[in-house]
Amino acid sequence: MSAYEQWIAFLTIMRKEVRRYLRIWTQTLLPSAITMSLYFLIFGTLIGKRIGTMGGVSYMEFVVPGLIMMAIITNSYANVVGSFFGAKFNNSIEELLVSPTPNYVIVLGYAAGGVSRGILVSIIVTSVALFFTKLDIHSWFVVVSVVGLTSIAFSLCGLINAVFANTFDDVNIVPTFVLTPLTYLGGVFYSLDLLPDFWAGISQINPLVYVVNAFRFGVLGVSDVDITVSFTMLIGLTLISFAYAMHLLRAGSRLRT
Amino acid sequence: MSAALEISNLQKTYANGFEALKGIDLKVEEGDFFALLGPNGAGKSTTIGILSSLVSKSEGSVKICGIDIDEDFSLAKKQIGIVPQEFNFNVFENVEDVLIHQAGYYGIPISIARERATYYLEKLGILDKQHVQMRMLSGGMKRRLMIARALVHEPRVLILDEPTAGVDIEMRRSMYDFLRETNAEGRTIIMTTHYLEEAELLCRNVAIINQGKIVTRGAIKDLLRDLNSETFLLDTQDEIPAGTAIAGYTLRQVEPHCLEVELAKGQDLAPVFAALSQAGVTVVSMRNKENRLERMFVNVLEGAS
Repeated sequence: MSAYEQWIAFLTIMRKEVRRYLRIWTQTLLPSAITMSLYFLIFGTLIGKRIGTMGGVSYMEFVVPGLIMMAIITNSYANVVGSFFGAKFNNSIEELLVSPTPNYVIVLGYAAGGVSRGILVSIIVTSVALFFTKLDIHSWFVVVSVVGLTSIAFSLCGLINAVFANTFDDVNIVPTFVLTPLTYLGGVFYSLDLLPDFWAGISQINPLVYVVNAFRFGVLGVSDVDITVSFTMLIGLTLISFAYAMHLLRAGSRLRT
Repeated sequence: MSAALEISNLQKTYANGFEALKGIDLKVEEGDFFALLGPNGAGKSTTIGILSSLVSKSEGSVKICGIDIDEDFSLAKKQIGIVPQEFNFNVFENVEDVLIHQAGYYGIPISIARERATYYLEKLGILDKQHVQMRMLSGGMKRRLMIARALVHEPRVLILDEPTAGVDIEMRRSMYDFLRETNAEGRTIIMTTHYLEEAELLCRNVAIINQGKIVTRGAIKDLLRDLNSETFLLDTQDEIPAGTAIAGYTLRQVEPHCLEVELAKGQDLAPVFAALSQAGVTVVSMRNKENRLERMFVNVLEGAS
């Protein structure tokens, strides 16, 4: 396939993905807006007033970056795992597999769909957040690059999950039992300074800690972790996820016989 | 001119040890209308799976329009359109989107894809379903859409795996017309089917595969010529006298007005007609008792041909 044909194939996969989640926007876009509004109201406004400041900013300001990041992670992951597994389940993935579309275009096309949903949801959630607090962005570069890298990395993780999944239960296991606990324990609602040394040390192996803190640094200029370390972890996670997703598609694991 | 399909020593052993293909050789010339026949589990779908890249081969070589799949599978894939046996759609997509997306996977821009989608949907009689979701289509419509989807990138070879399974007679006839037309335009067609009269009606050449091996191949008319016997049923106006016999012929009275005649290779029906006429019996119609290709198929599989 020529570079132009590959570009068309990439746009086709992305278009299909975007149209899919827009078609079912009440399941894909609306829930995040509602859930995050409740978080802002309960944790930010009601409980937050009693907590006072955290990391040198109001509690409301402190939780907003983590909640936006939580929405990006959940949505980019869910988009790809749901869509790719659905295509595997109804065998429509064969439409792509029999075509000359290279594996890396398939991976990037699905990731682009997940990224676009992650970014769209982040815009919605940020807009909701602005009703509760004002956000003076500390570094646009960090914000944009962290949003980009995080949504790519978790879209790719979603793809890997979908390749391995055999049932719809398998699609939900990782988000429910791995992703959600790691996000909650990743410093969305608290600063690592509040934890005893042992648990603060354990938190260092949670990749979500770096993601949440990198974004919080970009928005507020406040972070529990050095921004360089956070970026290194994020880039590493993205590259490893991409390499593994490519390996799975090249090997045809659970896709070809 | 290179062959549309050239398969040499193709073997496939699945992970569980099952040998689906035991070294098949097959050549289909460009422009041919070819049938690959065989009982269930013979290896037809595995062969098609290898051509489509959904199944990886264990040994052997495959060339599609002269392009070796081991050297440039991407280019080889552009030459073929596959109509699978099972429906493999996203049922929530609409008909036009299915075709536009498939074209996009072959690098065809959306404007051209839309034109082609309209063309093939019209040709296959489902243009009015263009904006309908897949799940709303009948089985026959889905089958026709799978043909349109396989053609939207305009391949040189169209491969159909049991394309008329579950399709009613009227729709089947219109599919035959379409397939004949597309073949007449120069496109090679390779199909598997369990309806042997379909293969006899449409195809020029045939190969029969059984237990992972090609057991016979050739032009259908040549293979039929090799049949050792053929059975006809003669319907008569008058009652056939009991005990009617003709030397050298095997006759059986099925009903008072129906006679079964088994012709050995080299025999003809003229003496039978003459004998019946002499007995004052008029023959009003005549038909083959069974599909000739079916007889040949059974003979080959039983090793009795």
